[in-house]
Amino acid sequence: MKKQILTLILSVLPTFAYAAGGGVHLDSAPIDTSDMESVKRGAKHFIDYCFSCHEAGYMRYNRIARDTGMTDAELREELIFTTNEKGEPTKVGSLMKVAMTEDYARNVFGTAVPDLTLTARARGADWVYTYLRTFYSDPYRPTGNNNLVFPDVGMPNVLSSLQGVQKAVYKTETRQGVEVETVDHLELAQAGSMTAEEFDVFVTDLTNFMVYLAEPVQNERKSLGIKVLIFLVIFFVLAYMLKKEYWKDVH
Amino acid sequence: MGKLIGWIDDRFPLMKMWNEHLAEYYAPKNFNFWYFFGSLALMVLVIQIISGIFLTMHYKPDAELAFASVEYIMRDVPYGWLIRYIHSTGATAFFIVVYLHMLRGLMYGSYKKPRELIWLFGMFIYLALMAEAFMGYLLPWGQMSYWGAQVIISLFGAIPVIGDDLTLWIRGDFVISDATLNRFFALHVIALPLVLIFLVVAHILALHEVGSNNPDGVEIKKNKDENGIPLDGIPFHPYYTVKDIVGVVVFLFFFATVMFFFPDGGGYFLEHANFIASDPLKTPEHIAPVWYFTPFYAILRAVPDKLMGVGAMGAAIVLLFFMPWIDRCKVKSIRYRSNIYKINLAVFVVSFVVLGWLAMQPVTSTITMLSQVFSLLYFGFFVVLFITSKNEETKPVPDRVTE
Repeated sequence: MKKQILTLILSVLPTFAYAAGGGVHLDSAPIDTSDMESVKRGAKHFIDYCFSCHEAGYMRYNRIARDTGMTDAELREELIFTTNEKGEPTKVGSLMKVAMTEDYARNVFGTAVPDLTLTARARGADWVYTYLRTFYSDPYRPTGNNNLVFPDVGMPNVLSSLQGVQKAVYKTETRQGVEVETVDHLELAQAGSMTAEEFDVFVTDLTNFMVYLAEPVQNERKSLGIKVLIFLVIFFVLAYMLKKEYWKDVH
Repeated sequence: MGKLIGWIDDRFPLMKMWNEHLAEYYAPKNFNFWYFFGSLALMVLVIQIISGIFLTMHYKPDAELAFASVEYIMRDVPYGWLIRYIHSTGATAFFIVVYLHMLRGLMYGSYKKPRELIWLFGMFIYLALMAEAFMGYLLPWGQMSYWGAQVIISLFGAIPVIGDDLTLWIRGDFVISDATLNRFFALHVIALPLVLIFLVVAHILALHEVGSNNPDGVEIKKNKDENGIPLDGIPFHPYYTVKDIVGVVVFLFFFATVMFFFPDGGGYFLEHANFIASDPLKTPEHIAPVWYFTPFYAILRAVPDKLMGVGAMGAAIVLLFFMPWIDRCKVKSIRYRSNIYKINLAVFVVSFVVLGWLAMQPVTSTITMLSQVFSLLYFGFFVVLFITSKNEETKPVPDRVTE
């Protein structure tokens, strides 16, 4: 068995060259990581739409509360809807885990459902923002939908009740002498409960939250960084004057 | 205070060591910008050791727990994020500082007689540092940690006869696994740091035995005053300690800028795919080594045959060890050497940088062709140097330093 795994791994080794990635144009995510109101709205969207299947298993609930200025009571009211094995409400200091097992996910979606804690760092904010807005209906997929930046994705379009259903408009392109059909753009086939503008704001908030989730300390990091740099500038002046004083007698 | 020092001095050579290495170590007075990087390298080593100790308190060297423990450090440990970014930025800073330090040695001929051993100790430090960085990169246990290690360990498999057994011995398993993680952790936090510290001590002792070179390549010990003090020398302390503090502050400014505002370095210092937990069944699209290994990786990729590629990559490093004997010119400093040497060194530096860039590009026939050209230029440096340096036309070297 081990020999087989080894053979398998060695056989894929040469791909460390590069398998050309899709190269789809990504829309720039208009997020502001210092806007904690937006992060807070995004957190609610995340709990409502993502969190039944995806977990954020490296993050604790009360970290969100602390960073967005919620009390524990508000946190329980607005973000925690789960219970532990004994049926007691999930504790505010718990990691954000979901109940779905990996086996169940494989049965239903054909793949494990990825943890989303670090997705914004692994893929980038623009990827998340574009991915969530480019689902389109595709009758050949088991879920009935496909995605522009993540072709043949296993995830159903959970936001379709808000966005509506998009369909792809194709164009014919000649690539290396062969005519191929490619998606030119998406258009709305069936309206959802939100307008396009409202939906973009919704996804922006959600993306903003996921960027926050990937590195909750980022605002603190930047503000501490400015203080450190100011200190170093002052220290530089002193160090330089000290050096000048000593070196007067060298030249 | 004086009494206490006297008491210690009767039992331990405290003032003797202080004087030998600082207060009465006479360094040439004409050190320029390039001479900051030695003391900076020492400081980065200390930064890495101290931040590393704190990381070790919270990190779990266990395949099941390692990735989560890094996120635990980033989120739950007070200022854990700061310690982690100091350590990850420190790795990059270490290589930048060491590369500039080595370039200084090449420019001013600091590897030449009587400083051959200083250079050799330095090269062993560089080798140990590469091993240290490689093993440290496995510890976060992300996709790049895992697959990068997979690629690099598999290179040993190219060695005829013993290759397969050797990779098995390094990994401690048929694949990279918990066993590999554990031994890399042991080597990263104990074995290699000890080797590094020992080599750094040897490097500095050898330097203080023969004395520092300088941008003019003049031996300041040839001109001494009646007390035996070099005329062009000044005590390291206080002159160079106060000067190096200025260098340290400027360095820390750049260091803090990266650490607080660009900790990922745009994916070059902390690779994006390393934010995904390692998965032995899923190969990432693009496995690129961290930036400081890329020039050698480009040379590896440039050679079509795996064994030859590994050999070329090894030779690219091994040749540097022999610099004191490849360069046969008596004149040390680039200031008094021929244009051939100046151009040759410039081409070498450019090829090193370009090779580093090429290794980060997806493979195409153009990239491969360019990698081959610049690999040849890289090796050409040593060939041209060996041939031209013996009878090189040099300018007269002054007796005393010029500044």
